[in-house]
Amino acid sequence: MCLAVPVRVIQIDGLKALVELGGLTRQASIMLVPDTQVGDYVLLHAGFAIQKLDEKEAEETIRLFAEIAERVTD
Amino acid sequence: MRFIDEFRNSTVAERVALRIQERKTRPVNLMEVCGTHTVAIFKHGIRQFLPEKVNMLSGPGCPVCVTPNADIDKAIALAQNAGVILTTFGDMMKVPGSYSSLHQVKAAGADIRVVYSVLDALRIAENNPHKSVVFFGVGFETTAPTTASAILEAEQLGIDNFFFHSVHKLIPPAMRALLDSNEVHIDGFICPGHVSTIIGSQPYEFIPREYGIPCVITGFEPLDILQAIDMLLEQISTEEPRVDIQYRRAVRKEGNPIALKYLSTVFEVIDTCWRGIGIIPGSGLKLGQRYKRLDAERTFKIVPGPPKEAAGCRCGDILRGVSRPQECRLFAKACTPEHPVGPCMVSTEGTCSAWYLYGEESKALSPPGEP
Repeated sequence: MCLAVPVRVIQIDGLKALVELGGLTRQASIMLVPDTQVGDYVLLHAGFAIQKLDEKEAEETIRLFAEIAERVTD
Repeated sequence: MRFIDEFRNSTVAERVALRIQERKTRPVNLMEVCGTHTVAIFKHGIRQFLPEKVNMLSGPGCPVCVTPNADIDKAIALAQNAGVILTTFGDMMKVPGSYSSLHQVKAAGADIRVVYSVLDALRIAENNPHKSVVFFGVGFETTAPTTASAILEAEQLGIDNFFFHSVHKLIPPAMRALLDSNEVHIDGFICPGHVSTIIGSQPYEFIPREYGIPCVITGFEPLDILQAIDMLLEQISTEEPRVDIQYRRAVRKEGNPIALKYLSTVFEVIDTCWRGIGIIPGSGLKLGQRYKRLDAERTFKIVPGPPKEAAGCRCGDILRGVSRPQECRLFAKACTPEHPVGPCMVSTEGTCSAWYLYGEESKALSPPGEP
């Protein structure tokens, strides 16, 4: 029940946003993450954005995976 | 899809798994606390990549499962009040209470509506001013802020027919209760990723400090989980237990301060009862002084009758990681997802449901790259 999915914010009106995942759009509240901007990725849980996703940290994690993968192959 | 596909690369997953297999470690029990992790671990076939010495245990992190019968009975009694519309998440409908389920009383005529979000319940209240709308709020720190937000929004909109049966619970006190019980040996915790987006990493610090047990806050994609297991094994081998954050793209050390502020504005922390564990100090959220008037239990007269447990059901042992579903004589016989006896089989995140759907024999069905 703690399922949350990464969605992209495509429109903001006050504390309501339109978010998109895989071509589907829906309304979401950004009351818990009020500084959300259009274009941000947020985690959507039960109709609410609960946290912004950090692109730099995501890239860093992927870089770490690649590093591990390389080290194992060597 | 962005933020998903990159974390499902099967070639990389195999390499990370290989690294785990090559690690020289003593046999360890790693517990995933969160039900969403339990499902992800089964669905992505993570177990098939782990060496035998790494044993995964499922913990008490399925909110539907840990809601005791007494609280389900109250929800059912509330729904049977004339003039009440009870709203709740779909997972709660089929959970058997002591005498009945929400699904059964709905079939008998009670006005019960499944909602995706507490905001849907708020809209129902707005559109039905002559009825009382009760939201049966279950869930951990991930979900509780959404209930708090709706309470604040209803107040702002002047909606006065919206009430709450809040059984929200807090995860770290349950982890302490498991450790104090000494019933199960845990060498490392896969800490819940989405609970942690709200609470951050600090609330787990007591685990390495007081119990010497490593913790890794983990994302939900196969690569996240494999990396977290590798990080736990690293902490175990260096004997330097701490709280690491693997799910860095979503979890900040401080969590979500706005969500935490709403929680403390609306709720107060209480001792509460968990199915299978009993009363855990400081593990529940009840409406605080300012919002007590919205507490459905105070507003409506309900007499739910004494709670009782289904004979033979071992959900309690399973929630504590003491037993596996196969050790329950009802599992996959008298108790199936179609006819569940206990909540661990009802919820899609329940350990029994996950074993029933994906079980041991499904090990080869879903490599990490193709969920």
